[in-house]
Amino acid sequence: MNETILRVENLTKFFPIPGDTFFASEKNYVKAVNGITFEVVKGECLGIVGESGCGKSTTGKLILQLIKPTTGKIFLHDTDLSGLSKPELRKMRRHIQMVFQDPYASLDPRQTVRAALEEPMAIHGFGSASDRAERVRKLLQEVGLEDYHADRYPHEFSGGQRQRINVARALALNPDVIICDEPVSALDVSIQAQVVNLLKDLQRSHNLTYIFIAHDLSVVKYVSDRIIVMYLGKIMEIGSNSQVYNRPTHPYTMALLSAMPIIHPRDRRDEKKLLNGDPPSPINIPQGCVFHPRCSRAMDICRREAPVLQTINSGHQVACHLCPNNYGTA
Amino acid sequence: MDQQVVLDVRDLHTYFYTSAGTVKAVDGISFRLDKGKTLGIVGESGSGKSITAMSILRLIPSPPGKIVSGSVLFGDIDLLKLSSDEMRNIRGNKISMIFQDPMTALNPCYTIGNQIAEVIQLHQKVSPKEAMAQAIQIMGKVQIPEPANRAKAYPHQFSGGMRQRVMIAMALACRPDLLIADEPTTALDVTVQAQVLRLMRQLQDEFHMSIILITHDLGVVAETCDNVMVMYAGNCVESADVHRIFDEPRHPYTWGLLASRPALCQEGQRLESIEGSPPNLMDIGDMCGFAPRCKYAKDICRSHKPALQELEPGHLVACHFQTKELSLNGR
Repeated sequence: MNETILRVENLTKFFPIPGDTFFASEKNYVKAVNGITFEVVKGECLGIVGESGCGKSTTGKLILQLIKPTTGKIFLHDTDLSGLSKPELRKMRRHIQMVFQDPYASLDPRQTVRAALEEPMAIHGFGSASDRAERVRKLLQEVGLEDYHADRYPHEFSGGQRQRINVARALALNPDVIICDEPVSALDVSIQAQVVNLLKDLQRSHNLTYIFIAHDLSVVKYVSDRIIVMYLGKIMEIGSNSQVYNRPTHPYTMALLSAMPIIHPRDRRDEKKLLNGDPPSPINIPQGCVFHPRCSRAMDICRREAPVLQTINSGHQVACHLCPNNYGTA
Repeated sequence: MDQQVVLDVRDLHTYFYTSAGTVKAVDGISFRLDKGKTLGIVGESGSGKSITAMSILRLIPSPPGKIVSGSVLFGDIDLLKLSSDEMRNIRGNKISMIFQDPMTALNPCYTIGNQIAEVIQLHQKVSPKEAMAQAIQIMGKVQIPEPANRAKAYPHQFSGGMRQRVMIAMALACRPDLLIADEPTTALDVTVQAQVLRLMRQLQDEFHMSIILITHDLGVVAETCDNVMVMYAGNCVESADVHRIFDEPRHPYTWGLLASRPALCQEGQRLESIEGSPPNLMDIGDMCGFAPRCKYAKDICRSHKPALQELEPGHLVACHFQTKELSLNGR
């Protein structure tokens, strides 16, 4: 029943950066994603959170093979996407679709909504022309738009409506997985709620699987079944929604949660545990545990050895030297 | 009341005259701000919150914009009556502003120290050397590590959070009485946002500043503000003490905003959302701007614009169905 739909194994992406001189002996890399492994189960929503530069968006693009991974494998069902040829990959892409952050940039201004929705179907040879027209009607209805919207251009829509069109386009080919990269962060609060509700409704009615990438912890908490916390290209903690939010174990997760804005002025506290400094650059990754320079509980071992992900509870994995030995003292 | 009023805005109207028609971006806003307090202005994009701030500083591009009527009393001077020169003496000196995007608000061609010292030299009679020394000192105040060295760096060498600190340093360089912060943390990560908000609070205490904080994030309001004004379509729809706004909001729009926050939602529950989208500011005639999206709207809402009424001392609401005699119970 818990069918694994997507499996990511030891995924790494290093972007080379030009050295100071042409003959620079050592090449530098931006280590955007640095060896991550996880699974996505059918029908779930997997949230990925982290600060900017932690590699969450790169992960999304790697899964879709929009950029080629440096090492690592991505299995959709049992097919390794990283080993496919271009035409094969093109065929597989219909099973994974993406919704991007910026609803203004992700639609072609010269395409009507109908053209935007039909294009993926035409490319993948979905039905006859009349089938497609029917499908466009149905898609618009599903995302809460009207028939007459089909012949309009993107500039005639508000941000929230455009994001609905993007969702409709992602749904057009009945994909197995939809990757949502910050789908609501460009929208106003009242509109965010509409789009989040839409995504949730569609998930229920179509048994969709989402990978939901966002920096807004409260949105991720609301939509996700399981959550991955990333920092500098590595996974710090994976767990179910309640494990991560109610029993956070990694010091980084705790710091992230305590930085979340409060929901009522009576919760104001003078002494919040705040992280100092900014996330370090992914070019000069700290030795040992990548989080140790900002960690209030760093020990000697943290400076020397990188912790590996360990299971501390069913489905709850943490990469920290404090766990599981000292689990509970946190 | 022995509280000193720093800013008193009365019936401010700022319109934009475009070829398509007149956009009433700010249509009758009044509020007061006491010394040392923080006022949060909340609303979605296009509600007029930034235009209110820009009107106070008289930064509205004209044409097409124009402050049509109203007064902005800063102490006992009406800012709208000052000459451009007099206004220039106030900006950056007595009232300063922090913008949302720290990436574009700094000049990439000058060092950080230079840019902060420039403000000081403009408003105080000091030597360049002295100005730089003060700039370095204020950089220390906003917790930029190694200020003397970092003053020689250029904006691109700073991270987003550090740039926002630079913006704050620049705004505070002349110890203003009023700081206007327009979405100061929206472009930042949560962890950095928390640091910057804390820093602003500490500096507010130290400098006895008043702050106008413009934001769409009710979490930020809950963290920092004393009073809140909720704006919708160029009007103030509700204003009150921060606790009252969160405990006893009375305007349907405020209900919607508060309820649509995912943090409040129980698992499996649907988010409350406000259907529809904000109105076109050209089309609103004599009606409640929120009526087309309001669940409780009746005929009167579509034919008469509700006036702002004081329900309790300090709690103002503009809704036909929220008066002392009559109250909707939508929650």
